[in-house]
Formats: sequence, structure tokens, C-alpha cells
Amino acid sequence: MPELSRNGVRIDDSFAEAFDMRATALVITADTAAWARIAATSLTGFATSIIACGVEAGIDAELAENETPDGRPGVRVLMFAGSTSELQKQLQNRVGQCVLTSPGSACFAGLEGVEPLKLGDAIRYFADGWQISKRFDGRHFWRMPVMDGEFVCEATTGLTKSAVGGGNLLLMGRSVVAARRAAETAVVAMRGIADVIMPFPGGIVRSGSKVGSKYKGLMASTNDAYCPSLRGLTQSALEADIVSVLEIVIDGLTPEAVAAAMRAGLAAACALGPEAGAARIGAGNYGGKLGRHHFHLRELLP
Amino acid sequence: MSALQFSLRETPPQRLDLSALIPERLADLEMAEILRLSVTTTRQPLCVGDVFTVHPGRADEVVIEGGSARFDEVGAGMTRGTLTVEGEVGARAGRGMQGGRLLVRGDAGVFAASGMRGGEIEIGGSVGAFLAAPGPGERLGMAGGLVVVRGNAGPRAGDRLRRGVIVIEGDTGDEPASRMLAGTLIVCGRAGARAGYLMRRGTLVAAQAAPLPTFVPIGSADQVFRTLLARAVAAVSPAAAELLGKNLTRFGGDVATLGKGEMFIRIGQIAATG
Repeated sequence: MPELSRNGVRIDDSFAEAFDMRATALVITADTAAWARIAATSLTGFATSIIACGVEAGIDAELAENETPDGRPGVRVLMFAGSTSELQKQLQNRVGQCVLTSPGSACFAGLEGVEPLKLGDAIRYFADGWQISKRFDGRHFWRMPVMDGEFVCEATTGLTKSAVGGGNLLLMGRSVVAARRAAETAVVAMRGIADVIMPFPGGIVRSGSKVGSKYKGLMASTNDAYCPSLRGLTQSALEADIVSVLEIVIDGLTPEAVAAAMRAGLAAACALGPEAGAARIGAGNYGGKLGRHHFHLRELLP
Repeated sequence: MSALQFSLRETPPQRLDLSALIPERLADLEMAEILRLSVTTTRQPLCVGDVFTVHPGRADEVVIEGGSARFDEVGAGMTRGTLTVEGEVGARAGRGMQGGRLLVRGDAGVFAASGMRGGEIEIGGSVGAFLAAPGPGERLGMAGGLVVVRGNAGPRAGDRLRRGVIVIEGDTGDEPASRMLAGTLIVCGRAGARAGYLMRRGTLVAAQAAPLPTFVPIGSADQVFRTLLARAVAAVSPAAAELLGKNLTRFGGDVATLGKGEMFIRIGQIAATG
């Protein structure tokens, strides 16, 4: 079927179908880079898919001392949701439970958006009347006394309505190891792109899903067309040489960022060749009717 | 096109109300109308043309050349543009200001920045009493904006300050930050007696001060806030940013009232109390 190829890797003439999402960004700092990372990892835990997590979240970048508002090491985190209200709810729950609680942390807006989302404005009440409001330089901060000193949190962060969720690549290997190496390599390359996250564990999802299920009440179920063990039993999309398939899902603050990440991932995976990495690379879509954004692999190839 | 310029011809015969000489008031006026603007504060009529020579220019950039302690209400009510005074001014400079930038190269009198809501004021010299304080009958002092005083301030600087940042690079008279409600007052020199007297909330930073017995030492980690504040003021006052980076001791008070205010004092500079 595929007539496209790069470095011996077959490329489907297909596209990733992605959706409009609401998103926000935070900058979390701490006394050390390690503690900033711990707070951010905790905040973005259990945030792989909006199907059951409320948000999709991940670390966008690690920030050096000279890149953060308070001159300490930090991490930039992105959060994506289907609605503004869900994003707001998840934001305050997660910052309240995972950042406020983390030793030495501070939390700042990571995005100038079209609308504000409550950040410190929602959490300040924890301080039980001892919260201190500070406005300067056009920014508004809340200072909350906590047991290790003071939690400083910006009052609001920005919301963007032009974020994109669901950019993806399907990496198909002739062995489990080869598919995993292709996916790992692509994720490393994609992490170098700004304004995107790969929300699944280690950036990779092995249980790609299709819409719907034979069971009532399930929104999504296993993508049987790409399950090697169902080849021959179902309408399979896999040739005989494919043994294992892994997917990378990409959420970005802009369609351009998602395209850049897919381009970087494709280039890195193709460079491995069909033996060490993926023998075939595809992308998931729903026929193009559900999502507004179509990322065609043909246009993103190295 | 250059700035719209008012040059003082001679010492004014009376105190002048210069609140008319702000960019938004001058923007749509013809030269003849500007010359006829009243600046009198007595029963003796006096207009701009009687005391100033006016050089036409862009009204969003007003310059007053030749200052006088009789220049009252300079920049009062200003909302936009810039106003520069190449000299000293009298009472109530920048009173009720909401936006724009007022620069006074010399000294300013009492009640400078009183009731200010926004914008920026820079005083090159020193200011009189009641900097940023409420006017007669008002409940709130300054409630927004930024004030930088390169010299000293008189008594009661920041009285009933509600919001905004004040930097005084020199010393202050007695009772700075008195009855403060919120906001930030930074004194790069020595704060006068009874600093923070009856302060409810807000932040007073001073290189040197003698806290009242109603301020309690509450040394705690606060580096993040101080860094944010230092970065916010660094561009307008490197001295204030430097002070904030020093080792400071924190006090809470004034517990004679609400007591949710704070005072940062540089270690080793705390004068004896009582």
C-alpha cells in the first residue's frame, strides 16, 4: 500500500486528526531543579487522557534560573482540557494538592492568554485570612504562609482557546524492541520542541483506541485494526511483518507546534531505519470528520 | 514634533493651580485657548499666558521649564502621556493621578501622589509630608501605581497606603507607612521614628528602622517574594533592588491594630526599641 518511504521506512499517506482544546501553562519553581521537577511531575501525574483524567498535562520544558520570574530553577507545565470549566477545576485541584504542598515551591503564569484562569485567586483561601495580596509590575501575586515559609502564587494564568490535542504518530516495528526504540527516539526529539507535551507514560501509549465500543457506556475501546494479535480476526491495518505498534500523542498550544513536533518525531524515527526502529509509520484519524486539524505525514516528512 | 513646553518667565505672584497642564486637558486645545487656561488660586485672575511662555508641541509630552514651590497640583488627575517639570513643585503633585508618567526633577511639597490610582511618579529631589496620603476627608491614600523619590521624604510617607509601590531612596521623616492598609513602601535609607505606626497590612522595607514594641520579629523564608519585588523595581531604582537582595529581618505588626503588616529591616541596622 504505501508508496512513501524514507530511509527504508514505509510511511502511510495518511494524516493525524486533531481537535481544538483549551489549554494553559504554568511555571513552577523551587529551591532546586529536582524539587521543581517533583512538583511538576506530581501535578502532571494521572493526566494522560481527558477520557478519564480531566486534563492532559505534561512538562514542556525545564527552565534555568535566568528564565523564571523568581530567579530559581523551574519547570514549565502545559495542561489541556475540553472545556474552560474543566480546565479551571483541574488547575486549582492539581496546583492545590501538588504544588502548594511541595517543599519550597512557587507557581507562576506560564502563558498570556485570551482570558484569565484562577490560580492563586482560587488557592489563597487555604491561608485562612493570612494570605497577602501583592501587585506590582502589572502582575498580581498571592503570598500564603505555609509550614516551610511562604507559598507565592500568581493570581491568574492565561487560557488559550486555540490549542490542539490529538496530534499523533503510529510507530510499527518488526519486533517489540524495535517499535519501542522508534517511539523512544521520536519522543526524545519531540521534547526539544516548545509548546508541546506528549501526555502518555514516557510520551508513549501502547493502547491506542478507537471511538466507541461493543459495550454500552464505553466511549473508547482498543484499536483492533492495529493490534497484531488480532490480525486475521478483524479488519486489520497491519501487514505480516509488523509485530508491535506504539503511538505517540501530541498536544500543543498551537497547530504549528504540533506539526513541528510530528516533523521532529518523524525525522528521528526514520533515521533509525526499518530494522533498528519502525518499519512503518502511520497516523491515527477518524476519517477526517471529527477533528478540525489534519496533519498529513506526507507534508511533514524529512 | 517636540514636546509642548511651558517656560516660566518670572516668580509667580501667587500659588498656581497647574492641574490644567496635563496631556489630556491640552490635547484638543488651540494655542490661544491654552494661554487662557486659568491657573489662579486667589481672587486675582491669572492664566497660563500671564506666567508662562508656551512653545507649541505634542500635547502627550508636556514639559514645564523652571520650577517653583508655588506650582501646586502639577499632574493632578493625569491619565496618560508624560509631564516633566525641570525644577521643583509645590503641594499635591500628581494628586489623584490615574495613568501616565510625571517626572519632577527637583523637590516636591506636601501631599505628593496623594490619592494616586495609577501611573508613575518620579521625584528627583525630596518630598514634603504626607507622600501618597489621603486628602482631607478621604479614607484611602495611594491605591495604585509607582512612586520613586530620589531624595528624602517628610513625615507620614505612605499614610493609609492601599495599593502600589513607593520607593524612597533617601530617609523618611517620622511615622512612614502610618495606618498603612496594603501596598509596599521601600525606604533605602533610614525610616523615621514609629515606622509602620498602626499599620494594618502591607509591606515596609527599610535599610534602617527602629521597630515599635508592637512589631514582633517573625524571621521566615520570604526570598521568592523579595526577588519578585526586587525585579519589579530594579529598572526604576537599582538601590531598592539591592536593598531587597540583602539579608533582612522580618517583623509583623502593628499588633496595636490588625497586625497583618510586615516590616523588613536590614540586619545590623536595627535601632534599640523602647
